Amino acid sequence: MISVDVTVNGRRHREDVEPRLLLSDFLRHGLGLTGTHVGCEHGVCGACTVRLDGVAVRSCLLLAVQADGSEVVTVEGLAGEGDLTPLQHAFRRHHALQCGFCTPGILIAAGDLLSRSTAPTRDEIVDMLSGHLCRCTGYTPIVDAIADVADA
Amino acid sequence: MKPAAFEYERPGSVDEAVAVLAQAGAEAKVLAGGQSLVPALNMRLLRPSLVVDVNRVAGLDAVASEDGALRVGATVRQADTRLRAHEVLAAVLPHVGHTATRNRGTVGGSIAHADAAGELPLALVALGGSAIVASARGSREIPAEELFVGPFSTALTQDELLVETVWPALAPGSGFAFDELALRGGDYALCSAAALVRDGDVRVVVGSVTPTPTVLEIDPSHPGDSASAQVEPWGSIHASPDYLRHLVRVLVDRVVARARSEVA
Repeated sequence: MISVDVTVNGRRHREDVEPRLLLSDFLRHGLGLTGTHVGCEHGVCGACTVRLDGVAVRSCLLLAVQADGSEVVTVEGLAGEGDLTPLQHAFRRHHALQCGFCTPGILIAAGDLLSRSTAPTRDEIVDMLSGHLCRCTGYTPIVDAIADVADA
Repeated sequence: MKPAAFEYERPGSVDEAVAVLAQAGAEAKVLAGGQSLVPALNMRLLRPSLVVDVNRVAGLDAVASEDGALRVGATVRQADTRLRAHEVLAAVLPHVGHTATRNRGTVGGSIAHADAAGELPLALVALGGSAIVASARGSREIPAEELFVGPFSTALTQDELLVETVWPALAPGSGFAFDELALRGGDYALCSAAALVRDGDVRVVVGSVTPTPTVLEIDPSHPGDSASAQVEPWGSIHASPDYLRHLVRVLVDRVVARARSEVA
């Protein structure tokens, strides 16, 4: 077992974990943060995307021990106890989710995109979404929601 | 879809890392960005007894310009904006995986992984770059054309660690172009091609359709036809050998034309 000291959504956690434990499983099973979804577990579907030290990463492709000393933000940390973020409001307005399985990962990745580029083009949004599988929406409302926030 | 158990080492220096590798030999796997290794661990395609995490090895995240060449430390992330200083890296990196995998994936990891469909190995061969590798026995430089010996296989020995890749500057008056076809943006390419044009010389490298990034002998007046005659792709469920040869012809013609227009 190896000790991990990680701050998740502003709260510090110190745990002993097996080296093989994935960050996605640490978040879900260790901390009970089940908003981070696990789809494919090999980096293709994007559902497990979280922020690690400010940038969007696949939590299924990281060992929990690698997050030692880092700061993680999951979908639960976006709005916290307060109101939804503008991006979450836009998703609601545009019907950018149906079953919602892909939504946490897309919210995190879209937040990363919007933090690097205040006015991403539709092509840039679509390119970012190539890393996220959504089987419900056909993507168009998701692109609309992100573009809405980018324009605002 | 969970890795088998392994021991974990997190060395803080190159000396520590190569000492661990010298002792562990074939039982160890080096973990950099993990965007290819961790899927293989999750699917238990690999079951190393030791994972050596080099993400905190001091000095491996440096990017330096030297005589126009860009020297890129092994753990520099593919999304690192410093890499855009090199026009070849700027051209190929948007094709490497997705935003979230580029945030974590490293240049050195992609080179050491040596996927036949990898854009960075192909670009390193196209440029005639090299890799610097270190071991407890010392360090050496391996030219890109000798580095990739087969799919997922490099000239590195088991005790060696890739510490840096060297990306030579494009000579003035030369043109470079890259293109690939993948089923979806960011997926593994079915076929990829790069062209480097200088003083009328055309250097063409293809990937995905060959076991390693392969330099082809090109007829400058019929680049695509001469290229497709030299490859024997296996084909897959997604693309027949004939279709892949067709892609080689189309993509090589396209990148050569674009590289020539860059010169003009």
